[in-house]
Amino acid sequence: MPMRLTQGTFSFLPDLTDEQITAQVQYCLDRGWAVNIEFTDDPHPRNTYWEMWGHPMFDVADAGGVMMELAECRKVYGDRYIRLSAFDSSPGWESLRLSFIVNRPAEEPGFRLERQELAGRMMRYTTHPYAAGKPAGERYGND
Amino acid sequence: MDTGAETVTGKDRYKAGVMEYRKMGYWVPDYEPKDTDMLALFRVTPQDGVDPIEAAAAVAGESSTATWTVVWTDRLTAAEKYRAKCYRVDPVPNAPGQYFAYIAYDLDLFEPGSIANLTASIIGNVFGFKPLKALRLEDMRIPVGYVKTFDGPPTGIVVERERLDKFGRPLLGATVKPKLGLSGRNYGRVVYEALKGGLDFTKDDENINSQPFMHWRDRFLYCMEAVNRAQAATGEIKGTYLNVTAATMEDMYERAEFAKELGSTIVMIDLVIGYTAIQSMSKWARKNDMILHLHRAGHSTYTRQKTHGVSFRVIAKWMRLAGVDHIHAGTIVGKLEGDPSATKGYYDICREPYNRQNLERGLFFHQDWVSTRAVMPVASGGIHAGQMHQLIHLLGEDTVLQFGGGTIGHPMGIAAGAQANRIALEAMILARNEGKDIMEEGPEILRAAARHSTPLKQALEVWKDVTFNYASTDTPDFVPTATPSF
Repeated sequence: MPMRLTQGTFSFLPDLTDEQITAQVQYCLDRGWAVNIEFTDDPHPRNTYWEMWGHPMFDVADAGGVMMELAECRKVYGDRYIRLSAFDSSPGWESLRLSFIVNRPAEEPGFRLERQELAGRMMRYTTHPYAAGKPAGERYGND
Repeated sequence: MDTGAETVTGKDRYKAGVMEYRKMGYWVPDYEPKDTDMLALFRVTPQDGVDPIEAAAAVAGESSTATWTVVWTDRLTAAEKYRAKCYRVDPVPNAPGQYFAYIAYDLDLFEPGSIANLTASIIGNVFGFKPLKALRLEDMRIPVGYVKTFDGPPTGIVVERERLDKFGRPLLGATVKPKLGLSGRNYGRVVYEALKGGLDFTKDDENINSQPFMHWRDRFLYCMEAVNRAQAATGEIKGTYLNVTAATMEDMYERAEFAKELGSTIVMIDLVIGYTAIQSMSKWARKNDMILHLHRAGHSTYTRQKTHGVSFRVIAKWMRLAGVDHIHAGTIVGKLEGDPSATKGYYDICREPYNRQNLERGLFFHQDWVSTRAVMPVASGGIHAGQMHQLIHLLGEDTVLQFGGGTIGHPMGIAAGAQANRIALEAMILARNEGKDIMEEGPEILRAAARHSTPLKQALEVWKDVTFNYASTDTPDFVPTATPSF
């Protein structure tokens, strides 16, 4: 069974259409949240900082503008993971309100789990994305 | 009911002998509570023939400075300051013989940052006081000066979400079942299947500690193998609440340290370990970047009956101060007690930066949390995928929905049960964000999602008619149109 990365809010659903993505973006913008586009070729679950496609769009009111940026990002990094996230600057939150994957590589090779056996049955675990074994830029497709 | 002040002053006040509480200075109807006062609202049921004002004054007295007789040593203190003051007594709507008594306590009566000290006063001796048939602590207003003496939740909702990289939807969990009897090896299997299938968390039950059938180290080791395997299979952060509840603090610290060394993101404790132990574990969790889950084991012994005990809304306030990250706060639609309005009130206490008075939800006071981190309420007990629209509508998205039987009892297995829940959840959030009325269209949204998910289709089929419609015992006393009597 092929692996499917399930990070993000909607990964258990079939890949969202652009129409569905637009609706989610508009939901975020309507609440005053800034939408951010990020991409990566290292999907490790603790890889917090995906590369930013420009700044979060603090002053965009219409989902169309975000979708245009997404289309541009896909042109360049369409062979990688791309996610949209929505940032809420309200006091007491100042963090993301929504984050979901909008683009995946054609193949998702998944992760290798390494175990280091220690005394007393203690175990240390390390997760390696198979893709990250290659240098950045050569992990998915061709660059 | 004679409500006039009858406080005796001067030399007569300290004449040896017994004096009514209202005469001793515990009934001050014209008192205006200070912003720095601790306020408590009690439901008082006096014995037959006992004057309600005297009963309320006695509650103020017995929860602060009074004893049964006059003592001259009061005069060695600033006694008027230390006396709690009952300043208002209202008949409870539609409940003859019951009265709401509002009592103010000076802040200096309480040790900073200590739930044990706070509760030793407020719910100490007074609940056994003979002139009362019954007594219930309904709500408290904790002054900001006292709130700020507590660290609060070690992680809080926002940081928990950041740490887990999960936003915009309730988290999903399941309690491993059967709760007793599984070996460590079998237990870990349930954890693995549930997490791989799509849950974010699995959970030890309240009474899983270290029994003959499964010692704690064995459980922790197998559980963390399962967590790490599931994390590698999905690329998503997973966790399991390892219950570190034990007989002594030393044992609990040992278990928590082991959970940390194994890389767990979260540990769990039970309410029955006591307020001091909870605060100790909160400090430990804060120091070690660990999410702290609290199972409210035992609370129904004193929260459920309306006339006697402590309301859960008060327990929720104490726990936000004491500093837990998760607390079970009811499901409304599940198998355990929980009136919808009262439960929403508990959720507000856990999550809001400021609670406005809301009698319909049982919130009697404004409460400012002054940036104390928020507690993630956990909905657990008798819920299933078919109720997803109701759960999201009633409880919002900052919550953990725990489907134990609703995951493990799936006809196709645990992973399928987990997948059904996750798909139902994501489909419902997607639809809500698209502007759909999920209470209206919920069942159709679920059916549509089930078209590409056999596990969801089966879950909807198996549990389609399961509901727990029983009248709640603990309900708010005020309906939206009513106002307090006087």
